[in-house]
Amino acid sequence: MSSPLLEVKDLQVTVGEEQKVLLDGLNLTIYPGETHVLMGHNGAGKSTLMSALMGDPRYTVTRGQIIFKGQDVTHEPADVRAKLGMFLSFQTPEEIPGITLENFLRTAQNAITGKPVKVFAFRKELAQQMEALGMDESYADRYLNVGFSGGEKKKSEILQLLMLKPSLALLDETDSGLDVDAVKTVAQGVRAYHNKDNALIIITHNAKILEGLHVDYVHVLDDAHIVRTGDGSLVNEIIEEGFRALKEDEAK
Amino acid sequence: MRAFETEKTDVAEVDRSIYDIKDKPNAAFEVNSGLTPEIVEKISEEKNDPEWMRIFRQKSLRIYNSMPVQNWGPSIEGLDMSNIVTYVRPKTEMRGKWSEVPDDIKNTFERLGIPKAERASLAGVGAQYDSEVVYHNVKAEVAAQGVVYTDIESALNGPYAEMVRTHFMKLVPPTDHKFAALHGAVWSGGSFVYVPAGVSVEIPLQSYFRLNAPGAGQFEHTLIIVDKGAYLHFIEGCSAPKYNVANLHAGCVEIYVGENARVRYSTIENWSKNMYNLNTKRAKVEKGGTIEWVSGSFGSHTSCLYPMSILAGEGARMEFTGITFAGAGQDLDTGAKVVHAAPNTSSHITTKSIARDGGVSNFRSSVTVLPNATGSKSAVSCESLMLDDRSRSDTIPEMDIRCDAVDVGHEAKIGRISEEAVFYLMSRGLSEEDARALIVGGFAEPIAKELPVEYAVEMNNLIHLEMKGSIG
Repeated sequence: MSSPLLEVKDLQVTVGEEQKVLLDGLNLTIYPGETHVLMGHNGAGKSTLMSALMGDPRYTVTRGQIIFKGQDVTHEPADVRAKLGMFLSFQTPEEIPGITLENFLRTAQNAITGKPVKVFAFRKELAQQMEALGMDESYADRYLNVGFSGGEKKKSEILQLLMLKPSLALLDETDSGLDVDAVKTVAQGVRAYHNKDNALIIITHNAKILEGLHVDYVHVLDDAHIVRTGDGSLVNEIIEEGFRALKEDEAK
Repeated sequence: MRAFETEKTDVAEVDRSIYDIKDKPNAAFEVNSGLTPEIVEKISEEKNDPEWMRIFRQKSLRIYNSMPVQNWGPSIEGLDMSNIVTYVRPKTEMRGKWSEVPDDIKNTFERLGIPKAERASLAGVGAQYDSEVVYHNVKAEVAAQGVVYTDIESALNGPYAEMVRTHFMKLVPPTDHKFAALHGAVWSGGSFVYVPAGVSVEIPLQSYFRLNAPGAGQFEHTLIIVDKGAYLHFIEGCSAPKYNVANLHAGCVEIYVGENARVRYSTIENWSKNMYNLNTKRAKVEKGGTIEWVSGSFGSHTSCLYPMSILAGEGARMEFTGITFAGAGQDLDTGAKVVHAAPNTSSHITTKSIARDGGVSNFRSSVTVLPNATGSKSAVSCESLMLDDRSRSDTIPEMDIRCDAVDVGHEAKIGRISEEAVFYLMSRGLSEEDARALIVGGFAEPIAKELPVEYAVEMNNLIHLEMKGSIG
């Protein structure tokens, strides 16, 4: 087997000066080609985990390690992680006035690869990907996410995923707040991205985004811990029976 | 926790390199520092003033001596007039060809991109070096339309002498404030523009003011008269290398906008950070006319700059779009004034201020609506961005409304860079510095797009330079 893409070892994450513990003793290993799903109640720590993996300065790692591609990135800023190939699709993407989606993507691609972007090829690929995502080409000339609807913002995130081609994609409820058609389009985008060399971690309450993806592992978070890990069948079990059934299961 | 290794640069010393290259002292003549009737007389002599101007200067000096320094706004205590050299004549006559301008002076303007811009996108250029205009040229086809664009001194003694005499410091009289009086006494250089009725100058004219002499003052006068139904876009640029002694800029701009005429006046001010920029700009707009001010203030140690518009005729309009960026050691007090003096006039003031590294960037607006100005509209909007806790940005709006049937609005917002937005951009591979610069650039964008394109590029570069080293 190849070496792991991501190793999270005994991770403790806190927030604020009072060091409120949001994640504790978390372990996670992800290999290239895998798809992991995070489930759990609101507030269980799923989004915190993704933000902490990406290097959100609001959170502090007080113990443990994040190893990405063999490199300890526990205390590296987000741009270093992005350059190594990590990507976070935000639950609520920021609106950035003053830079168009197209210019931003070019800036980001340039920052990540460290090479100048070949404009013609870039534009062609952008047009193709936008078409596949059902985004009107006029969005390329609009300021990044400014005035985009919830669905358009999520598509903009997947567009960035497809253009930046990271090796680890963290998708934080990319399917929430979307209508049926939009979920399909987004799921299609995720499938188009995924291959044997990259990996996904997906937070979802709605298994729709998983359509057509092979889920290798499901992790259930509760109260700062991973309380259960299983295979893909766990997704449907949880959707049908809820977390309570799961907990009662544990209690037995 | 987070250990950023960021390049620390001293903005004033390193990043302004293009502006900071000093030419060796190269004056042909300069007056002694300080201000006496004899010095002012000497300037009159040097400039071969007509008699009325000689008298005007002396009268202005008396007004200057009798007036107190303003008791509001930024402190100008660091400015000691007895140390300021008011008149420095460069070693050349005014030329109409760059090839005839002495090399060191020409190279300075080359570095600033002026001759290149003239070839590419301007209808005419005036270039002032210290106290005198060293280059003035207007394209033949523009001159053929009857457009006059020359230095003020030539205008004073030429066919437009009477027009200059009847308009010079009539909008900004020497009694206006102490530095207007000073300007009246020691003014030198600047431009005179006359656009005849119905003529539209399709490409802009530009005057560039460069102060090279340490401890000197620059007091150029810009007089623009645009006749009925005519159009003009005038661009003003300013810069100076940094010295350890205070320099003073107390220029004056007077713009007469005729009936149904339109004037756009764009400025990018990038004085060095030892400069006291106490500039006065004023426009009078007749019936149906429009004045548009676009203003970018980046440089200087201290600025007091509030272009004023007098909407004198029915339906006259003004628009002011401005941005001010204050860094360490800077106190930039900018804004706009408008007087609605006729019915159905309108004013629209939009500004953005940015303060960082202990800088102070205050916005002042004054809107006056006179009793006869029924049906007038005024909208003032000011947004400030503070980049750290040490910087300051205040909004000081003033309104004097003496008429009921008007529509007046004011909106002010003060904000900080969203840390969430910085994280979002960093998660896409941008460094923290680039992420912040991008956000600040985005904040400035609505103003940048009003600027002439090469200035918009310069402004973006300045923002990136100013942001460099802002993270430690």
